[in-house]
Amino acid sequence: MPKQSRRDFFKISAALTAVTAGVTSTKIKAESKDYIPDKAMGVLIDTTVCIGCRKCEWACKVAHDMPTAPLESYDNRTVFNEMRRPDHTALTVINEFPGKELDRFPIDVKYQCMHCNTPACVSACIVKAFHKHPNGTVTWDGSKCIGCRYCMVACPFQIPAFEFDKAIEPDIKKCDFCFERTKIGMLPACVEICPNEVLTYGKREDLINIAHNRIEIDPDKYENHVYGEFEVGGTSWLYLAGKKMPELGMPDLPRATAPGVSESIQHGLFAYFVPPLALYAVLGGVMWINKNRKNSETEE
Amino acid sequence: MEEHLKPMPIKQKFLTPGVWALIIIAAFGMTALLLRYILGIGAITNLSNQYPWGIWIGLDVALGVALAAGGFTTAALGHILHKDKYHAIVRPALLTAALGYTFVAVSVMTDLGRWYYIWHPLIMWNGNSALFEVGICVMIYLTVLYIEFLPIVAERFIGKVNLPGFLSAFNNSVDRFLRFLDRVLDKTMFIFIIAGVVLSCLHQSSLGTLMIISGQKMHPLWQTPVLPLLFLLSAISVGFPMVIFESIISSRSFKLKPETDILRGLADIIGPLLAIYLAFKIGDMVIRKSFVYLMEVNTVSILYTIELVVGIIIPLRMFFSRTLTKSIPGLFIASSLVILGVLLNRLNNFVVAYTPPYATSAYVPSVGEILVTLGFVALEVLIYRAAVMFFPVISQPKPAASVSKYSAKGV
Repeated sequence: MPKQSRRDFFKISAALTAVTAGVTSTKIKAESKDYIPDKAMGVLIDTTVCIGCRKCEWACKVAHDMPTAPLESYDNRTVFNEMRRPDHTALTVINEFPGKELDRFPIDVKYQCMHCNTPACVSACIVKAFHKHPNGTVTWDGSKCIGCRYCMVACPFQIPAFEFDKAIEPDIKKCDFCFERTKIGMLPACVEICPNEVLTYGKREDLINIAHNRIEIDPDKYENHVYGEFEVGGTSWLYLAGKKMPELGMPDLPRATAPGVSESIQHGLFAYFVPPLALYAVLGGVMWINKNRKNSETEE
Repeated sequence: MEEHLKPMPIKQKFLTPGVWALIIIAAFGMTALLLRYILGIGAITNLSNQYPWGIWIGLDVALGVALAAGGFTTAALGHILHKDKYHAIVRPALLTAALGYTFVAVSVMTDLGRWYYIWHPLIMWNGNSALFEVGICVMIYLTVLYIEFLPIVAERFIGKVNLPGFLSAFNNSVDRFLRFLDRVLDKTMFIFIIAGVVLSCLHQSSLGTLMIISGQKMHPLWQTPVLPLLFLLSAISVGFPMVIFESIISSRSFKLKPETDILRGLADIIGPLLAIYLAFKIGDMVIRKSFVYLMEVNTVSILYTIELVVGIIIPLRMFFSRTLTKSIPGLFIASSLVILGVLLNRLNNFVVAYTPPYATSAYVPSVGEILVTLGFVALEVLIYRAAVMFFPVISQPKPAASVSKYSAKGV
């Protein structure tokens, strides 16, 4: 009886469909639960004053015990011939872009982990190896990581880097906002060494005010946008620039947080384990009915 | 039908020219695999900080899970909807699923940078992570599949336990234990069967949730909040085609008569299932207006079109044609197309659609990655062949003499 089985199957698939579909319509949270305005620190990067000396790159490596060439070699500006990305050998790098038309100076932009208010890596990590601290820092815990690299798939800024060349204990490497230094009252290494005050360390809320003030005072110099204020729900690191940031190597991102949709689906599907248990009960019921029907048929 | 068909080990020669070819492919694959464990992932793959996931996740894991869907769809049909007619295909589908998921687990481990910490998710939970959900569900489901397979093992050995050497003293106790196990499982199996279906629905859909967090790094043709639903529907619709595909191949390989009647019955169900999948896929495309990306001709739009037309629409039409589903070649081609469509879909979702912002060149799998993937497939087929020769899995016409207590059992 193909008709019969077909109808049963429609029933089942309809039930499954309802479970999944009901979930996707759940409202997507826009606010971050990890973001604590009173405590969250940040860094404002004013790219208009950066001269591309790359001392921050050197200081970062020294602070993180990573191999580095001597400081003098960082004067070599030929590295700007190509676009670089932070990776497992350098947690922060600077790229150089041509300046605005009348401006003869090139634009130098420093990249590192943005320390999102609602980080995709923290949400994605299968073993909670990433942690968002009250001061805004996102750190990685090597004792938990299994090396699945889902954080790299998830990160909207494509920041976490993996030591592909290691067969044993490969690490995920990314800027840790110098968590060990800020904990004891020191400045992040890059902020401390910057000779031109490109980097301002402070409360994120204050930095946003400072940024908007600077734009107000010199609207010709700045694009009227504080990059990181709202992008993917806001980031600890903020940018001011004379050009739009997507022209300066940063992705053009929406205001919705990166993990919002996926977490809503995930929590909808598993809301107090009701949907899986309900499905179990429905299937059990169907099985029982069919078995009884079969039995009564054979009895007749 | 069941009256004269009974699952039995197949008594045939293991080694054939085809099997030798598989052994060679498997050997190459395992060599590449060895290099991955000695030298690291970077040494033999084209993965990078821009492309952290390649075909090992897209095909070995995601497609592997999808193609093992025959296990839960036949269990639902045979046991939950109680269609006794289909009992003959439940065991082969179960074996495929158990093997498939075993290789999924091995593939995941191969792709993990710190593979020796694969057990971490068991004690370090992150309820927000779709990957955590997939991982836990697959681990539990794999256990359930092994439990579902236990009665077949018990059936194989009950009354035939013959341990070597001094262990033979335990022959009787092992036999008694197997009989006990068989009795207990017979009473409780329904718990595991339903659990298997629920777990499958959960992780088949969560596998779709995986890429959602990558946001705009994923091409809008595929990036949609209904991805979990599309993954579940495609898994359900590829389950039976996979059973048909395997059944026809193994009956050809072992020179058995194909179970035409059963396969045709399955074919009648595939059409509506594919139609539901297609409806949601098209509906999603219309609602999100993502069809605008099909207006321009490029790799992405071509692959999407092939996935949709060759993988869903053509086989859908074929499964609704009485004449085509009556013929074994027709069934085989239609089923292969559905499988190809899902293969392409998973590859598209995890590899093609993923366009990281700073990539300077596109990801193309390395020779090493391809060898490992092919090697796993070859090894899986070889183990399947060995298993059906050792365990009573494939139903065959019953010789009159071999009637025993356990011959009447359905599972």
